Amino acid sequence: MHGPAPEERTRPVGRRSSQGIRVDPHAEATHEPRRTALSALVYHEPGVLAKVSGLVSRRQFNIESLTVGSTTNPETARITLVIEEPEPGVRQVEKQLLKLQPVISVRELGGDAIRRELVVLKVHGDEPDKVNAITQMYDGRTLDAGPRTITVEITGDEQKINDAIDAYRQFGIRELARTGQTALARGDEWTTDAEEERYERMQTEMGTSDSE
Amino acid sequence: MSEGSPARPASQETETETETTGETGGEADATTEDAAATPERTTGAAAVVTALERANVEHVFGVQGGAIMPVYDALYHSDIAHVTMAHEQGAAHAADAYGQVTGAPGVCFATSGPGATNLVTGIADANMDSDPVLALTGQVPTNFVGNDAFQETDTVGVTRPITKANYFADDETTIGDLVTEAFTVAGEGRPGPTLVDLPKDVTNAETEARPPEERDAAAAPAAEPQAVERAAEALASAEKPLVLAGGGVTKANASEELRRFATTFEVPVVTTMPGIGTFPEDHDLCLSWAGMHGTGYANMAISHTDCLLAVGTRFDDRLTGGIETFAPDATVVHVDIDPAEISKNVHADYPLVGDAGVVLDQLFETLPDGPDDRWATWREQCATWKEEYPMSYTTPDDEPLKPQFVVEALDEMTPDDTLVTTGVGQHQMWAAQFWTYTEPRTYISSHGLGTMGYGLPAAIGAKLAAPDREVVCFDGDGSFLMTVQELSVAVRENLDITVVVLNNEAIGMVRQWQDAFFGGRRMASEYRWMPDFATLAEAFGARGFTVDDYDDVADTLEAALDYDGPSVVDAFVDPAENVYPMVPSGGANDQFALSEDHL
Ligand SMILES: Cc1ncc(C[n+]2csc(CCOP(=O)(O)OP(=O)(O)O)c2C)c(N)n1
Repeated sequence: MHGPAPEERTRPVGRRSSQGIRVDPHAEATHEPRRTALSALVYHEPGVLAKVSGLVSRRQFNIESLTVGSTTNPETARITLVIEEPEPGVRQVEKQLLKLQPVISVRELGGDAIRRELVVLKVHGDEPDKVNAITQMYDGRTLDAGPRTITVEITGDEQKINDAIDAYRQFGIRELARTGQTALARGDEWTTDAEEERYERMQTEMGTSDSE
Repeated sequence: MSEGSPARPASQETETETETTGETGGEADATTEDAAATPERTTGAAAVVTALERANVEHVFGVQGGAIMPVYDALYHSDIAHVTMAHEQGAAHAADAYGQVTGAPGVCFATSGPGATNLVTGIADANMDSDPVLALTGQVPTNFVGNDAFQETDTVGVTRPITKANYFADDETTIGDLVTEAFTVAGEGRPGPTLVDLPKDVTNAETEARPPEERDAAAAPAAEPQAVERAAEALASAEKPLVLAGGGVTKANASEELRRFATTFEVPVVTTMPGIGTFPEDHDLCLSWAGMHGTGYANMAISHTDCLLAVGTRFDDRLTGGIETFAPDATVVHVDIDPAEISKNVHADYPLVGDAGVVLDQLFETLPDGPDDRWATWREQCATWKEEYPMSYTTPDDEPLKPQFVVEALDEMTPDDTLVTTGVGQHQMWAAQFWTYTEPRTYISSHGLGTMGYGLPAAIGAKLAAPDREVVCFDGDGSFLMTVQELSVAVRENLDITVVVLNNEAIGMVRQWQDAFFGGRRMASEYRWMPDFATLAEAFGARGFTVDDYDDVADTLEAALDYDGPSVVDAFVDPAENVYPMVPSGGANDQFALSEDHL
């Protein structure tokens, strides 16, 4: 004999959020997206960037910028990713990145990390003095000045770059190129564990060869 | 043989090849003494084969071709048996099933370009199901790579999103190491497919380098003891605990640990479809599998549990239905070897990262002993659901043959350790629902990707992996046609497998959905004409049977099983029969429909 039909069955009272988190009336979990930077230490091998960017697009993570460059170790490179995701998404990016073969270590940077971005932008050259004043105000440099265009570079955190770009708008920005953020943990803190370990190993190795 | 010979220009490729083949052929025929001695091998290709030999590979599945020829040539002298498949997709599926049955990576070969792209479906299938597979693909010579050369495809690029790891072998001195590494990576931790792309100049190049002896397997990782303690506390304080066993239990060979855990504490068990067989389906505590077409009682239990111990599952949407309604009252203890699975789809309140068997034992040691009396009520509730929502179908005499009856009949005639493979569709669901699985690794199917055509090549791989066991394949008429050419392989290798086509003259699963959700508009889902599968089987050199009557089922199946070689039973079943229970896509697990009336 069949039991009750779907609509007659007793329903459990609980619910989960769209992220699979149990919605507990006492501690209802909501996760607003937040913007954060992840630093990944990777083996500097062909295809590593394609692997990382492929992963990001395949899994539909919201990525703001991605920069790559070498480290003190010629075999490794550092990738800095700025992402905007709710908390579980941030953790997923971290864990999925770690699964990629060439990725050695991944760490979310703290709020106090040192973040820098470079913008190169080209404005109309009609008012060179005014452009110069803005450039000085933002500690920038003039890279090229001609009768028709002036090209400058500004370095700083994201906010400063955005402000500077706004300030240049009055002259008419013809083109600009931003690098995206690159970053290191502040002070004594290591950006990734792997680097700390390597640094320590190198120190001891140097130490032993000294004593020999 | 000369050492340190200069790299040859690519234009001489073909010449060199003929030379090499001629040479080896001559060597083998020369004198009896020479033939008895192991031929000296000094190429990249030989290193590839040595790597496979050192990994104890016994069978490889593949199809020849220009770019992979050097590797095949190196196989000429090896004891590894090569099974020539009709299509590379078949090679990948056969390797996949072979890997599932043996537990070690199955190996498949393909040439560059179309050979490699034909593997893609099989690799993607293995990737979704975490099956250990090593794919070796030929590639055009390195100085042609990127030039759109004849039969060139960026195989590493194409397979990047569907492999656990892939490699481009650009150096003959490390090619063997790469193959060894790819083999190891495919099988360790959370298994998955790996691929090594082998450019022809690299496999042809002379080298003395040989892969390392096999490295020791890494110890199975345990979960953090404090985390285990907290999870055990959560379990102990639950009123309605439930174990959900996924495919990860199979991969970790953790069926014994699961059985000990569940039977000692008397906790009911549901499995996922890939977890079928990890817990015996004829045990009182077993509620069979949950999900879209899982049993009503498994889905009721999932919906009402207050503590779900999920082991080795990725919470696929076919299992969970709508996330908002999945196990809504449950705290979740999630055991998985892959940290990226934790809180990917369902939030884990108690994550336990480690090997399924090791962690189940850790929990076993940590929990207070014996079954909890409070759980008796919960067990009774589960038993009631089993009575309320039994798996059943009707078999009035005047109706056409029911597919479920055929499945049950064959189950009764075969031993417990019979290996069942399937295609994808309604027949796959009936094979999962109406066959009672009591051993792990006996239901071999395409779960995550849902690849029609998986069944027959998988049966070939399974039979070669376990020649002494009965192998049967339940296929759909549509699925069977997708890889039917592999029947030639089963005949050539004289494999004793029995294919039962549950022929409903349609791609039935699609038709079921059209009837339920598209106003019955059966667009492109009904076959107006189908080949006669029994005659087709005979044309391939197999035995063919047809059956459409209840009275003949037993005799026909018996005859097919008795035939010592591949046989195909074309079973004409009721085209009107549909798969129930059914949780409509994205719905709540406990809102399953038992018939059309409920949809
Ligand atoms: C390669 C592939 N193409 C299409 C589908 C979509 N699909 C899923 S089930 C199904 C019907 C399968 O028909 P059949 O093999 O005859 O089995 P039945 O459902 O009739 O038992 C189809 C077309 C698929 N899963 N795989």
